[in-house]
Amino acid sequence: MKARVHVMLKNGVLDPQGEAVRHALGSLGFDGVEGVRQGKVIELDLADGTSESTINDMCEKLLANTVIESYRVEVI
Amino acid sequence: MRAAVIVFPGSNCDRDMAVALQAAGADVSMVWHKDAALPAGIDLVAIPGGFSFGDYLRCGAIAANSPICKAVVDHAAQGGYVLGVCNGFQVLTETGLLPGILMRNANLKFICKTIDLKVETSASAFTEGYNAGDVVGFPVAHHDGNYTVDDDTLAKLEGEDRVAFRYTQNPNGSVADIAGVLSENRRVLGLMPHPERAVDAGHGGTDGQALFRGLLGQLAQA
Repeated sequence: MKARVHVMLKNGVLDPQGEAVRHALGSLGFDGVEGVRQGKVIELDLADGTSESTINDMCEKLLANTVIESYRVEVI
Repeated sequence: MRAAVIVFPGSNCDRDMAVALQAAGADVSMVWHKDAALPAGIDLVAIPGGFSFGDYLRCGAIAANSPICKAVVDHAAQGGYVLGVCNGFQVLTETGLLPGILMRNANLKFICKTIDLKVETSASAFTEGYNAGDVVGFPVAHHDGNYTVDDDTLAKLEGEDRVAFRYTQNPNGSVADIAGVLSENRRVLGLMPHPERAVDAGHGGTDGQALFRGLLGQLAQA
């Protein structure tokens, strides 16, 4: 089985990289980009039957730093 | 006083740290990250600067889960001293020994220069060689030094006098100009600037010496 973990900065946490991307889009002529938030997508190749709670543990212990990041697990 | 300097793949300030500790009189062991235990009788663990594991995932995240870091967390839990500089600070936040996280510098630039810091408290083994209010020059060299912590934790840090150093001119966007913080028991210090690069007049300054000498003096009495 596979799972996809989406890691994003929590709302309210400043994202200087996203801000730089927003500026770059503006300078390419794309008007109206009001905000950019940059995150990570991590694909996991897992043994069949791995429980969602085990995947959540992986996120809590390593894949996300929950001080500033939130995560969402998608089993695919 | 016995000190251990942890070496990860990608550490690059480990030998500078060892030299600074030895110059202050410590007996230093270099400890590889795959070791699961610290040598016996270690008083201080120093986690050096660098780019452990290539900063993959998040700075310090992989190192914080290495075998030796479990031993470092145990050492701290038993009241042992831990100093984390630069990448070492990032590792300490990832282990949870210190609150907060170091994010990408607000201006997105890698900053490499000597900057002024204000010593905020002399009430720790690390800073007792200074007076609160002293201004010292330490080099910084980092891309991810933007200290970030939630408002409640910040209030707690300030209320408990746990901000050890503050930038006089904030280079990286850190909340409340914070350059270094102490743990609740004041025996774990993490800071982004490099005191170990300020211990030799030939290298541009000696403001870091008081940190190592003060630490050695305190631990010798303990």
